[in-house]
Amino acid sequence: MKKEQDYIRDIAEIRSMMERSSKFLSLSGWAGIMAGIYALLGAYIAFTFLNFRPEELFYSTSGPSPFNLTKVILLAVTILIMALGTAVFLSYKRASKRNEKLWNPTAKQLLASMMVPLVVGGILILLMILKGLIGLVVPFSLLFYGLALFNASRYTYQEVKILGLTEIILGLISSWFVEYGLLFWALGFGVVHIIYGIHMNYKYKK
Amino acid sequence: MKISLDGLHKAFESKVRLGVMSALAVNDRIDFSSLKELLEVTDGNLASHLKALEKVEFIGVEKSFIDRKPNTKYFMTVKGKKAFNDHLSALEKLIKSHK
Repeated sequence: MKKEQDYIRDIAEIRSMMERSSKFLSLSGWAGIMAGIYALLGAYIAFTFLNFRPEELFYSTSGPSPFNLTKVILLAVTILIMALGTAVFLSYKRASKRNEKLWNPTAKQLLASMMVPLVVGGILILLMILKGLIGLVVPFSLLFYGLALFNASRYTYQEVKILGLTEIILGLISSWFVEYGLLFWALGFGVVHIIYGIHMNYKYKK
Repeated sequence: MKISLDGLHKAFESKVRLGVMSALAVNDRIDFSSLKELLEVTDGNLASHLKALEKVEFIGVEKSFIDRKPNTKYFMTVKGKKAFNDHLSALEKLIKSHK
């Protein structure tokens, strides 16, 4: 005859297996904090050194531009790669600490659920740049990033859903206040990520 | 396999089988190697437990080929879902009655 302890252990095991098999929990709060810091640094560099002040919706790609668009795009891509690299590295460290593999079925599901909004958003933003609609780049990147997070939250911490919604709301607001694009970019990708990271570190610290 | 006096299903007495059912309860389909990784058991051990669950029709098997390699996926049947839910309720009841 089993004892009460055994039943409680059984239930704990069932719960852990359900969670481990359906949710990706290796994402560290530090990844958010670092991504936020990179984004703030990037916004600072773009503003101070590259003179990036997108105050209007439309810029002609052929005519003289007040800033070097190629450099700004290069900067943005560098930040994206650095943030992703840090997230993958920290998740890898965390997963091996917990004796789990990083590239498990939930990680695949998580990425797959982010892929559609991110690729659609990326192509759209590229088209906007080619058409000279630079002012829409920030709102669209916030919007599609938010949609990707919202979609992916099914496979990871519930807080990611709130993070996604926050980015979507910021994206919508910045679509109206196009002239404050860089500020919204720093807010959405910088400040929001740092707050999220600190909250996650505090909540799930062990 | 029978249901014991306390309402717990004999099929779920093993830790591995309980783990398989828990994982399948929240995933549409899981393949053999992912199950193996999740449960940290050997091929033979997992295969025998899967066969037992298949025999009582708690899980179904879906065989296909990916790059000409056989790929076996498992899913929970309606019967399995009911048995698993009943098992959870029985566990719940037992813990409550002990208090």
